[in-house]
Amino acid sequence: MSTDAVLYDHPGPRAKIRNVVLTVVFGVALLGLAYWIYARFDEKGQWAGPLWKPFTAASTWTDYILPGLGHTLGAAAVAMVLALTFGIVFAVGRLSDHWWVRLPAGAVVEFFRAVPLLLLMFFIFFGVPFITEQPMSIFWAVVLGLTLYNGSVLAEAFRAGIYAVPRGQSEAAYAIGMRKSQVMREILVPQAARSMLPVIVSQMVVLVKDTALGYIISYSELLQMGVNNVAANFGNVVQAAIVVAIIFILVNSSLTALAGWLERRTRRVGKAPRTAALVEAGDAV
Amino acid sequence: MDVFSDPYNVDVYVTGFLWILKLTAASTVGALVLGVLLSAMRVSPVPVLRGFGAAWVNVFRNTPLTLIIFFCYFGLFSTLGFSVSDEIDLNNYWLGVIGLSVYTAAFVCEAIRSGINTVPAGQAEAARAIGMSFRQTLTMIVLPQAGRAVIAPLGSIFIALSKNATIVGTIGLMESSNAMKELINANGDAVIPIFLVFAGTFAVVLIPAGYGFGWLANRLAVKR
Repeated sequence: MSTDAVLYDHPGPRAKIRNVVLTVVFGVALLGLAYWIYARFDEKGQWAGPLWKPFTAASTWTDYILPGLGHTLGAAAVAMVLALTFGIVFAVGRLSDHWWVRLPAGAVVEFFRAVPLLLLMFFIFFGVPFITEQPMSIFWAVVLGLTLYNGSVLAEAFRAGIYAVPRGQSEAAYAIGMRKSQVMREILVPQAARSMLPVIVSQMVVLVKDTALGYIISYSELLQMGVNNVAANFGNVVQAAIVVAIIFILVNSSLTALAGWLERRTRRVGKAPRTAALVEAGDAV
Repeated sequence: MDVFSDPYNVDVYVTGFLWILKLTAASTVGALVLGVLLSAMRVSPVPVLRGFGAAWVNVFRNTPLTLIIFFCYFGLFSTLGFSVSDEIDLNNYWLGVIGLSVYTAAFVCEAIRSGINTVPAGQAEAARAIGMSFRQTLTMIVLPQAGRAVIAPLGSIFIALSKNATIVGTIGLMESSNAMKELINANGDAVIPIFLVFAGTFAVVLIPAGYGFGWLANRLAVKR
């Protein structure tokens, strides 16, 4: 609604009429588009019952979709835990006073942020077995790739979060005699983590979406099980893709809603005078 | 590095990155045009358009790109018979461009919308108070300020787009990640140099690009 205030004045009688006309015109246009898609589906017989029927059978869900969803969420959860650890370690590493810690940590983070995740997964899955001379587990190839990429993204977010903690916090900690590692561990990281919570949850959305890359190296996640395998059995690739897309959208919008709720909560708590400065600074991240 | 002394391997490498370049170029244009249109819809006073823009963003931002590209090929092309070109590579290429544009447009739309939101309402109110028309307010007051705020997010969106272009490999285009896979499978003794060359190419281009966008955004930022 704030956008309206910037761009449009409150509508007067003429603007109101114009808006109604535009609503009708575009409403009809959108209905036309919807009908065109419907007709296109109809022409190719995509509304036929047998194509949709499998999704009312329990076995489709228990044999394909739910195990696939489980593998997707499992890989995302394990990767999230590892990525958080990776992120904290490398964020702190990049803030180190020693150049021989700071530079390598920075190089690792920048490198993995710039390399496409698929390239990384291909290297881990097809390349690493040549070096170690034993087969790579698909699950770990997916999780490792996700960890390296998302860990690097989180490391940057954490670094910004640690920067955003007011300087008085670390100065006060040094003043009462804390060591460098204590200041980081007990003062900066906990405060940064709290203000970064919404960012971390939003990163979960990226993680869940990126597990779908596992399909390309045949990890049995939701796209593989719910679309590829279902379509192989029932010949309904369009229908399966729509159902699976809806599942992904439901999972990810709940995560986004959670992130929004956390952000509002942090902000609300932040209105208390003592933490106001912290949250204000955290918002700039 | 003797893997890359073989002209065939160099050819695979060059072709792979040429596809990435072409995919990025066409999808950047597509995503920008679609994204601007969508953001115009999302901030318009017409509820139907706002709803359409919001629905588009929610659907495509929350669906994995792999699924979208997969659908473009197996759904749009194989099942619904939507074909762009008779040549198989070109057809896959354009299907990939459609998928990438449709997906990235959702992010472009959100970036532009939040850019418009960074302009304080008082700016537009002051413009209206001195008698500026809607068009004048938009082109002289709101867009110049919003445009500067949008550089950094748009920059990271297009960097992400060029990396996402590798996903078009799912539908069989020999882009860089498939090219790397082929080279690795053919040259098991030189896995690390191959990876470093492919990943390094991305890093050498994208890391400076990231800093460049950051510098530009900082330089053009509206000081408030």
